[in-house]
Amino acid sequence: MIERHTLSVLVEDKPGVLARVAGLFSRRGFNIESLAVGPTEHASVSRMTIVVAVDDFPLEQVTKQLNKLVHVIKIVELEPAASVQRELLLVKVRADPTVRSQVLEIVNLFRAKAVDVAPEAVTIEATGTNEKLAALLKNLEPYGIREMVQSGMVAVGRGPRSITAAAIRP
Amino acid sequence: MTTANPRSAPKPAPPPRPGPPPVRAEQNHRTDDRNPAMKPVQPRFDRVPMTGAQSLVRSLEEVGCEVVFGIPGGTILPAYDPLLDSTRVRHVLVRHEQGAGHAATGYAQATGKVGVCMATSGPGATNLVTPIADAYMDSVPIVAVTGQQSRPLIGTDAFQEADITGITMPVTKHNMLVTDAKDIPRAITEAFHLASTGRPGPVLVDIPKDVLQEQTTFTWPAEMELPGYRPTTRPHGKQIREAAKLMTSAAQPVLYVGGGVLKAEASPELLELAELTGIPVVTTLMARGTFPDSHPQHVGMPGMHGTVAAVAALQKADLLVALGSRFDDRVTGVLSSFAPNAKVVHADIDPAEISKNRRADVPIVGDCKEVITELIDAVRAERESGHADLTQWWAQLDNLRETYPLGYDWPADGSLSPEYVIERIGQIAGPDAIYAAGVGQHQMWAAQFIKYEKPRTWLNSGGLGTMGYGVPAAMGAKMARPDAVVWCIDGDGCFQMTNQELATCAIEGIPIKVAIINNGNLGMVRQWQNLFYKERYSNTDLGTHKHRIPDFKLLAEAMGCVGLRAESKEDVDRVIKQAMEINDQPVVIDFVVGADAQVWPMVAAGTGNDQIMAARDIRPLFDGDEPVIKGTVTAEAKVSTVTADALQDGAES
Repeated sequence: MIERHTLSVLVEDKPGVLARVAGLFSRRGFNIESLAVGPTEHASVSRMTIVVAVDDFPLEQVTKQLNKLVHVIKIVELEPAASVQRELLLVKVRADPTVRSQVLEIVNLFRAKAVDVAPEAVTIEATGTNEKLAALLKNLEPYGIREMVQSGMVAVGRGPRSITAAAIRP
Repeated sequence: MTTANPRSAPKPAPPPRPGPPPVRAEQNHRTDDRNPAMKPVQPRFDRVPMTGAQSLVRSLEEVGCEVVFGIPGGTILPAYDPLLDSTRVRHVLVRHEQGAGHAATGYAQATGKVGVCMATSGPGATNLVTPIADAYMDSVPIVAVTGQQSRPLIGTDAFQEADITGITMPVTKHNMLVTDAKDIPRAITEAFHLASTGRPGPVLVDIPKDVLQEQTTFTWPAEMELPGYRPTTRPHGKQIREAAKLMTSAAQPVLYVGGGVLKAEASPELLELAELTGIPVVTTLMARGTFPDSHPQHVGMPGMHGTVAAVAALQKADLLVALGSRFDDRVTGVLSSFAPNAKVVHADIDPAEISKNRRADVPIVGDCKEVITELIDAVRAERESGHADLTQWWAQLDNLRETYPLGYDWPADGSLSPEYVIERIGQIAGPDAIYAAGVGQHQMWAAQFIKYEKPRTWLNSGGLGTMGYGVPAAMGAKMARPDAVVWCIDGDGCFQMTNQELATCAIEGIPIKVAIINNGNLGMVRQWQNLFYKERYSNTDLGTHKHRIPDFKLLAEAMGCVGLRAESKEDVDRVIKQAMEINDQPVVIDFVVGADAQVWPMVAAGTGNDQIMAARDIRPLFDGDEPVIKGTVTAEAKVSTVTADALQDGAES
């Protein structure tokens, strides 16, 4: 059965490392649903959060192939129940003064924020899981979505343990 | 390096430069995975001022590189200046960068050392792509050093600029663009380490021209920074015991041996394990010579053109012990019907190979030498409480061996048999010679009819199937092993792709012997057209028979080689012996052979191994255990079902 898996990949912060990872997924026929890259607490190490939709057996191949990349230091799969998973959404909604308060009510319900207001539109910032953001968008849709941008997912395991501490030797 | 005497033998290795002893001279040899970066390093050379180019050549010298195959050009020019003065690194000026790459591969396959090739930016580098991809598919340790446009010009579509690190990303084990001259010693150290350890493979080092030109300092040894590279060589003890249990209790086990055993230099251990257990051994195309062909437990090569006994052994096995092999589609046929009753023990140094194609019941990650050594102990302990009787199993396989030995018919039109030519070369040159092949029918016949007794005597392009591999690979092997007789068994199609390197061989004094199995056609493609395309021979006639263009004898002579020709059975031994007596010049023999000979046995693409045909219309494993000889009707029916798959397959050549 095809399922979404969230992989946290620690990589050396070297030129071309994103191309290596992305190229590997495409040439082995695996589809990246979402990808986010950013720094970690170690200057030389970046962290990629990759969401991939495959069943268990190909997932094993994905991680084994990723591990063969010299610049990949460590790969951890983060289970949804045992991790905090977030995406960031910025959405510009048509909202003239007649409906603005209705739009802001939805913003409050979803614990989102209005970050910019113009006479014709409101720009909203929201973070959350993919499902929450999808629900927010569904509620905003009737007012007219003029523009939106959404980040890839970032995720971190719950509890005190650190995946970087164990992976990176001083 | 200015001698240009075509009759001189390969120069002996130059004496080492006076100075500190080369403490790390062993570095170019296959080493274990202990990462020297983890150990404190006392620099032998501490910040010696020099240019980036000098640093590159010094790094190659210190890492143990003896030979570089290459061609200079604009951006790599700075490196060629200090190379002229090097007494430890010999440069062989090839005629095409593809030749440099395959020569590096031949050098590496004949010795286990890292082969090195060098090219300029742009077209020089892109011409290396095919041999790099070839080395990647066959896990051959080579390092390619390429020039690149100067840093300020990168990304501007400058003259002879190509993003070679981007281009080769999918076909290298690793590659790097060096952007600071002080990093050159580390880059070369890492490249050689990555190429030769773990699962070997090609590594490309791209160096911009201005990096080669800038002033820097040279410090050696250089510390490696590879935090993400930790190959596992030591197998897991529990898995070894599990494997030993299965190997002792299985009634129909097979040792399915691949190129990983050869690369791990584990032939002696394999022999011991095989003799301890009495288990039948099959050696894949990449493993020919890893286990002696003459050994009674060797049942042959499995796969598309394997022996009936070897294919049957895998199909009927209840246990496959896969050692350094990767369940390639050319071995398994249709995967879903491959070895249906077998449990699988799969040992490989690359974890990604295990359970990639066929699910392993007992996965073992480790170097084959260590794996087999530990298996020997574990099996010996296990056998103390008894073991399965393999008499029945051997009776089955012996029966198949006797009924379907490898063989060939002489062409009905009275022309020369290609199989006979290749068989005679093997018999006359013997098991100490090195044989390199191109790709196609002659490659399969060379794998079948030459008897290999020793590892690293059979070189070929197995994974990528690169036509044109043979001549430059033989050249590289001869550079690596100047005392060995090196034969290239080539086809007339393959030969015309890379024969320009014969000029290199003649001028540099590399006396290889080339047997062109000249059937006038792209033979393997023609065989498929004969079998699956209703004998419609579209674009496979090369005219080397019809028009004798080129005349290979004259072509050889034009390139400073001895040219010979054989057209009948009586000529064969005479020309082979004549070639064997010439040791100061390359020799090319044009063996004009029949066009209609075919490679048998054959498992057609898109069919299962049970459908193996021992010869045309003879399907020994069809419908149960009894050998059945099917009439033409069945064969035609089968052929039509195969055609669609063959069309999709497109890998025949």
